[in-house]
Amino acid sequence: MDNSGLAIEVRGLKKSFGKVEAVRGLDLKVREGICFGLLGPNGAGKTTTIEMMEGILEPDGGEILVRGRPLSAKTRARAGIQFQATSLPDYLKVGEVLEMFHSFYDQRAELADVVRACDLSGLLDRDVKKLSGGQRQRVLLALALVNDPDLVFLDEPTTGLDPQARRLFWDLVNGIKKRGKTIILTTHYMDEAYVLCDEIAVVDHGRVLVEGTPQALLSRYFGGVLLELPRALALPGEPKDLGWVVTEDETKHRIRTAKVQESLNWMLAQGLDLSGLRIRDMSLEDLFLELTGKELRA
Amino acid sequence: MRRSLSRIWAIFKARNYEFFRDRSSLGWSLLFPFLVVYGFSFAFSGDSQKLAKFAVVAPSDAEALLKAPPVGGIPHVDRVAYPNVEAALAKLRRHQVDIVVDPASKPLRYWISESSPKGFIAEKLLRDAAIEHDGLGHAVLPLERAAVEGREIRYVDWLMPGLLGMNMMFAALFGVGYVIVRYRKNGVLKRLKATPVRPFEFLVAQVLSRLYVIVATTAIVFVGTNFLLKFNVMGSYWLLLLILVLGALALISVGLLIAARVKSEELAGGVLNLLSWPMMFLSGVWFSLEGANPIMRNLAKVLPLTHANDAARLVMNEGATFVQVLPQLVTLAGITVVCLALGSWIFRWD
Repeated sequence: MDNSGLAIEVRGLKKSFGKVEAVRGLDLKVREGICFGLLGPNGAGKTTTIEMMEGILEPDGGEILVRGRPLSAKTRARAGIQFQATSLPDYLKVGEVLEMFHSFYDQRAELADVVRACDLSGLLDRDVKKLSGGQRQRVLLALALVNDPDLVFLDEPTTGLDPQARRLFWDLVNGIKKRGKTIILTTHYMDEAYVLCDEIAVVDHGRVLVEGTPQALLSRYFGGVLLELPRALALPGEPKDLGWVVTEDETKHRIRTAKVQESLNWMLAQGLDLSGLRIRDMSLEDLFLELTGKELRA
Repeated sequence: MRRSLSRIWAIFKARNYEFFRDRSSLGWSLLFPFLVVYGFSFAFSGDSQKLAKFAVVAPSDAEALLKAPPVGGIPHVDRVAYPNVEAALAKLRRHQVDIVVDPASKPLRYWISESSPKGFIAEKLLRDAAIEHDGLGHAVLPLERAAVEGREIRYVDWLMPGLLGMNMMFAALFGVGYVIVRYRKNGVLKRLKATPVRPFEFLVAQVLSRLYVIVATTAIVFVGTNFLLKFNVMGSYWLLLLILVLGALALISVGLLIAARVKSEELAGGVLNLLSWPMMFLSGVWFSLEGANPIMRNLAKVLPLTHANDAARLVMNEGATFVQVLPQLVTLAGITVVCLALGSWIFRWD
């Protein structure tokens, strides 16, 4: 990859907490103007990585370059940050919180633009303690934008939101992307990553497992589609030369294949009841589970 | 510099909004001192159960002189030893004792305050004791009477500076120390760390905000209680304000130092209690440490509230000037500088 168009580059990043190695030599390259997704199960090292990139945590080793320059107070002032969990001072109104954070920076966005971009016009006089989850996340996003940042870090911004609030938030993030900002997003939601991210990296055990566009990764790992049949249906073995990869869960047989028509013909020839058949594309969630396994994480 | 001031101003405003909009805390921080001042003024407004309070001049061997006749034989009176006549007369002028007796003098000298109603009783008791001492109805101890002028210092006049000091101590220690630890625990400080705000700017804003709150609430409590109790302020109000500001700054700085790294509200609460309770009892809030164990008196000298209370009492009750309270002011300023510098140095956002 050509390094000239990079918003941020991470080389050999390491961080331990006591005996726990949270990040173990992680490398990343994020191009300017894209939304980059950092995906991984709980405890994979996503938040530690993003907080080192933000300058909040000091790395034990490695290098972070923002537009080719080492991380500094100056580069930090040009970053917008939304943490996974943040409290705001009690008894303040939304407008007052925005004004306070706005006053911290030398380079600032027009506050009215930020309010409009985050759909907060009707909430400026609302006490921050009286906001719903979705409204609160929009306020936190606005705080990340008051300095008109080049680089926006969003750490699991939609966790705990209802579907409507999540979709509204996606629209806001897409709006930020259209303004040419580089966004680094961590999320547990694969649909969110698929909708928002131009590129993703799947992280586990403090290392990057794969990196690329969602489409390229899906086609690299999964050619074809997924055929799902009820588990109650007994499969009479597997056909030769159709390249089936069969997995099973509690309710379904899941058959991954590039030869859809031939597979359906074979099933019909076997006299299988296909009334419960479902055909779908492979998803990022399939890829995520394939790479990180299905066992529950802490 | 301009941006730095703007950041300090923004955090100062935010902290003030937090305090003044929290109606329950604001109400309690004003109501509590009113209740204590009026409660104590009511409880101690009546006359003492004792007939009178005798000050005995005792440069040495105070125990023996307090028991020596004629004063030692007078029943139902309090007896307090003072190292010299001047110290005892200062108390007499403020009606904190009813009579001063110098047992080493010949003839036996005593002083009373003409404006003290109890002085008359005390004088009568002393004269009776001197006559009884003869055993034949004649005073064998010649007496020499002197009178002093003075104005009564009631217990509430003495208590008021201590109560305001105690209120200031709680507002400073808990209002800064506890709040910063809460900010650290719930992530407010982490969010601020992600901005260009520097620790020094944040701490200065916290100090100024708390100082503003303390000066405002103390002034309200003082004016409100003075309305009915009419305190006897003999010194300068401006000097009292200076003592309030320096005392508050010293206590706020101690609170900041404690909160510089602590992450748990429980631990912060424990440490703050560990500091505030000794100050409440050793810094002369409720009673004077005159005559107390020297170890206790020396321990009290390291506590900032002691210096604030002492200075405020000297100004209020004795009309002390700036120069007379300078040692206390310098000590409070020194505590402020040391604690603020140390607190800023070891401060952590998370």
